[in-house]
Amino acid sequence: MLSDITLGQYFPAKSFIHRMDPRLKICLTVYFIVLVFSSKNFLNIGLVYAVILGAMAASKVPAKIYIKSLKPILFIVAFTSILNLFYGTGEPLVQFWVLKITLNGILNALLIAVRIIALIFVSSVLTFTTSPTQLTDALERLLKPLAKIRVPVHEFAMMMTIALRFVPTLLEETDKIMSAQKARGADMESGGIVQRIKALIPVLIPLFVSAFRRAFDLATAMESRCYTGGYGRTKMKTLKISKADVITMIFCAVFLAGFIALNIVLPKVVR
Amino acid sequence: MSFIEVRDLVFVYNPDTEDSSEALHGVNMNIEKGEFVALLGHNGCGKSTLAKIFNGMYTPTKGSVTVDGIPTDSEEHQIEIRRRVGLVQQNPDNQLVAGVVEEDVAFGPENLGVEPEEIRRRVDNALKAVGMYEYREHAPHKLSGGQKQRIAIAGIIAMETGCIVLDEPTAMLDPRGREEVMSTIKRLNKEQGITIILITHYMDEAVQADRVIVMDDGNILTEGNPREVFADVELLKKHRLDVPQATELAYKLKKEGIDLGDVPMNTAECISLIEKLISAK
Repeated sequence: MLSDITLGQYFPAKSFIHRMDPRLKICLTVYFIVLVFSSKNFLNIGLVYAVILGAMAASKVPAKIYIKSLKPILFIVAFTSILNLFYGTGEPLVQFWVLKITLNGILNALLIAVRIIALIFVSSVLTFTTSPTQLTDALERLLKPLAKIRVPVHEFAMMMTIALRFVPTLLEETDKIMSAQKARGADMESGGIVQRIKALIPVLIPLFVSAFRRAFDLATAMESRCYTGGYGRTKMKTLKISKADVITMIFCAVFLAGFIALNIVLPKVVR
Repeated sequence: MSFIEVRDLVFVYNPDTEDSSEALHGVNMNIEKGEFVALLGHNGCGKSTLAKIFNGMYTPTKGSVTVDGIPTDSEEHQIEIRRRVGLVQQNPDNQLVAGVVEEDVAFGPENLGVEPEEIRRRVDNALKAVGMYEYREHAPHKLSGGQKQRIAIAGIIAMETGCIVLDEPTAMLDPRGREEVMSTIKRLNKEQGITIILITHYMDEAVQADRVIVMDDGNILTEGNPREVFADVELLKKHRLDVPQATELAYKLKKEGIDLGDVPMNTAECISLIEKLISAK
């Protein structure tokens, strides 16, 4: 069934990473992505990994789920690594035709693979421990300054919230319409690509019509609950920076300082 | 002065265009604070239009409607009107805004700019009032129709409107969901004194109200307490409206010469009347 798809990959658990302020989590995700990108050698990436793996363990999300999250990008990892394998400099270890593999190439390929995997892990920690509503909420607050230059931040956040709310409803509806059309003899599983796309039209049209009807109802419901836009609105759940959040921030700042210092003191470790 | 006063209300859809149509032709009614009123009628008799007029979604073409003394016909009063009259619609899926139950209930008070701690208190109370407190962290799409409809009602209670208009809230629900919603409505009316305007075409729901208003083709056909209204089976039949099953049975028996002596409103009443008749013989 279509509706079995879980949206956002939120994995509810009770860990300090789950409780962390979602704004801080978004900022830290960016922080780690920058760190991963600036790690040009194995010592650096190793240090970053230590922290990322620590965060993963602290999130109480089973390791299996993290490994699973790698699956869709395995191809990209393999592809970029293999490409890098042939771009190394120095003495070729193996050579056929114009393709040569060097020690430097192998190390580069390995480093690239490890870095991409680190990126996936970092963003997984964010999406596994933060519910979609918390994410939109945090984004709305982080982007609030942009409202000053007339970026409709609140409206975007509201759109996201409504979209997230209606995805399962519309998926369920698609399922129903497909069954209804199949019951009337529609064939959706055979024929070439063109034929299959054509077979989708009798599903999409009713889906659109019903989506508009839902939108009208929803607009009435929102209006009758006094919705007039973001102005003058309050929030039930206010985000607060907790003590644990401050400690995390201090730790990350110290880590960054150490990371930079290490690169200044030992500029050419493990090349 | 009544809580809602409707005077000579005429409402025209798309006025001044070719497909304009008059939905209400001069309706008068009063609704008191704390009352439980059922609005009955066929599809297209103007009852849903009336619901949207009560909370200022539509404004009268002619005549006037006042809520708590405030006229509904100007834009600037709309928010004030909606603070007093909440609307629950037919489709339970289409009126929930947020992806988490408690956040949906908080939507109304958030719009009103209520303080966060106060919203929390109101949301918890509203969810307890409809018996959905344990589900506060669930996603609405995983709940049953009756549960979703109760969440929608909680969303209005949290705004502390004092009056809820329900536009066929049970039309898309199974019998169990209908029962859940009806008992919630009745409890809110009895225990918290919330004014209820229930639009329905289920007779057995209308019977439970304090007062029934029957609409036909944009006019009020008859009104009164359920017993009075349903006693006139002839009039309702003439306008192709149903009466509760028990009432209909008594009516048919009377036609055949067996007078039960009273008009039963539900199965239990009907049984006791028949038992009384049998033991009297």
